[in-house]
Amino acid sequence: MSVLLEVSELRASYGAVRVLHGLDFVVNEGEAVVILGANGAGKTTTLRALSGMVETSGHVHFDGHSIVGSRSEQISRIGIAHVPQGRGTIVDLTVAENLRIGAYRRRDREVAADIERWYDVFPKLEARADQQAGNLSGGEQQMLAIARALMSRPKLVLLDEPSLGLAPIVTQELFRTLGELNHTEGLSMLIVEQNANLALGIGSRGYVLETGSIVVSGTTDELAGDDGVRRAYLGV
Amino acid sequence: MVSRRQTQVIGLVMSIIVLVLLIWLPHHNGSTNTLRWAQVLYIGVAAMGLNLLTGYNGQVSIGHGAFFGVGAYTSALLMHNHGWSFLPTLLVAAPLCFLVGVLVGFPALRVKGLYLALVTLGLAVLFPDLTKKYVHATGGTNLVSLNRGELSPPAWVPTSVSAIGRDDQWAYYVCLGAAVVLVIAALLIVRSRFGRALIAVRDHESAAASVGINAARVKVMAFALSALYAGIAGSCSVLVTHLANAEKVQTFQLSIEFLVALVIGGTATVVGPLLGAWLVVTLQHWISDTLPQHVGSLGPLKRVLGDPAASPALFGIMLILFVFVLPDGVVGGFRRAWARFVRNRNQTPHHAPAPLAT
Repeated sequence: MSVLLEVSELRASYGAVRVLHGLDFVVNEGEAVVILGANGAGKTTTLRALSGMVETSGHVHFDGHSIVGSRSEQISRIGIAHVPQGRGTIVDLTVAENLRIGAYRRRDREVAADIERWYDVFPKLEARADQQAGNLSGGEQQMLAIARALMSRPKLVLLDEPSLGLAPIVTQELFRTLGELNHTEGLSMLIVEQNANLALGIGSRGYVLETGSIVVSGTTDELAGDDGVRRAYLGV
Repeated sequence: MVSRRQTQVIGLVMSIIVLVLLIWLPHHNGSTNTLRWAQVLYIGVAAMGLNLLTGYNGQVSIGHGAFFGVGAYTSALLMHNHGWSFLPTLLVAAPLCFLVGVLVGFPALRVKGLYLALVTLGLAVLFPDLTKKYVHATGGTNLVSLNRGELSPPAWVPTSVSAIGRDDQWAYYVCLGAAVVLVIAALLIVRSRFGRALIAVRDHESAAASVGINAARVKVMAFALSALYAGIAGSCSVLVTHLANAEKVQTFQLSIEFLVALVIGGTATVVGPLLGAWLVVTLQHWISDTLPQHVGSLGPLKRVLGDPAASPALFGIMLILFVFVLPDGVVGGFRRAWARFVRNRNQTPHHAPAPLAT
């Protein structure tokens, strides 16, 4: 298994406030990696740092590129897709147009075929293809955001709390789909979550983030068995 | 059932009818009315340009009177000082305005929302001073006024086939041509990949960047295209007003008129700005000319409405009413009404409710 993303000494700040204090982690090719943490631990900032959306220092190597200091659109072009917290669907465009926006950088002729492919995975999107994305339910918008990210044919997908604000049954369905994408397509993912049960269920390894530092790491089984993690995140 | 396709066909048929009416219009109207319609068209074109920037891309500008002025001065000076006929001046004015748009668009990247509005306001304030410094026309002022000979249509325009050879009709048809070309261009732009990027950057800049859209480039391009529209509108205005001028009040007022036309017509819709321009021009004309003539017999009302200060106040009141009744503009209101109509048509009851068992 080769390393896809290698992060070391990652620091990030908003103005004078440092939020990440030197993180080290890796994502291997084909792996689903989970970052757990409470509110304010720096989970979202970690993903934003990887996508060039905050002031960042340290070393980030992705697929042969050093990406610290690169702009978001450059990072997207080398194969990292970011599904932001709160979905970030373009509410005034239709579902189909949102998907085409995901393929913004692609010049090949398979865009339409890819749209059909993600409609097969998320049939609810196909039923609403010509509706404005703003009219979708929260769960449908989350699916749209994920499908849009996949339209760029990324090598790595960053998912920022996909369960946020969704009904439990919708969340379970979403994670089942994400798990299938990881297993059958070998899609590499870095998932940030508060819902530890679901996230550990589909990931192979995980890290626990507390106030901007990684405090525990291991396989998802190890984390699920760790007393501290169980008390703090699994509610048992 | 009213399908999507049928809606499109209805739209196309309606546009053709409107276009035919617009082509026929000058044959029916006198010179004053023809020129007023030409004014509707060029203000509509400028508002369409502002729409690409403000409506589709979310960057508010209250300085488009300056881009309009650049177009007007370019055409007027080329015609007056260098003896050009009108149409070739567009080939200079349009790229020049595009370039000025790029130059303004870059610093505009640093600011957003109200601050951007303030910066563009500065542009409207600065522009008349620049023309006063660099344009030396009639009596050393910045007013470039054109004489009849300079404004006359080129020789290939038929004078016998139609009455098109008349100055006012020539001005009108040039404005109509520009409007038609630029409406079609706007349609193509907003439905293109770039059009989707404009909306994506407006709605969610970081999400747009995360799919690989270079937000900065899109925003500068929006400014440039928008300036090009306003500049062409300015060029066309020269044929209608026979002059290019830039006074502070006038440049500012034009900028506001574009914005008003855009808002009451419907932001982020292609035909909204044109409808808005028609409303702005017609309302102003109606309030300042038609209304006072008809209130003559009303005694005390005449004293109020006959006051020159009354017309801007009345215009303001009408705008407020308008925004209350149609908060998303004429096109938005029409769309809601149409959606209701389609829903009602499509909801034909399948069965009468079964009678309750007795």
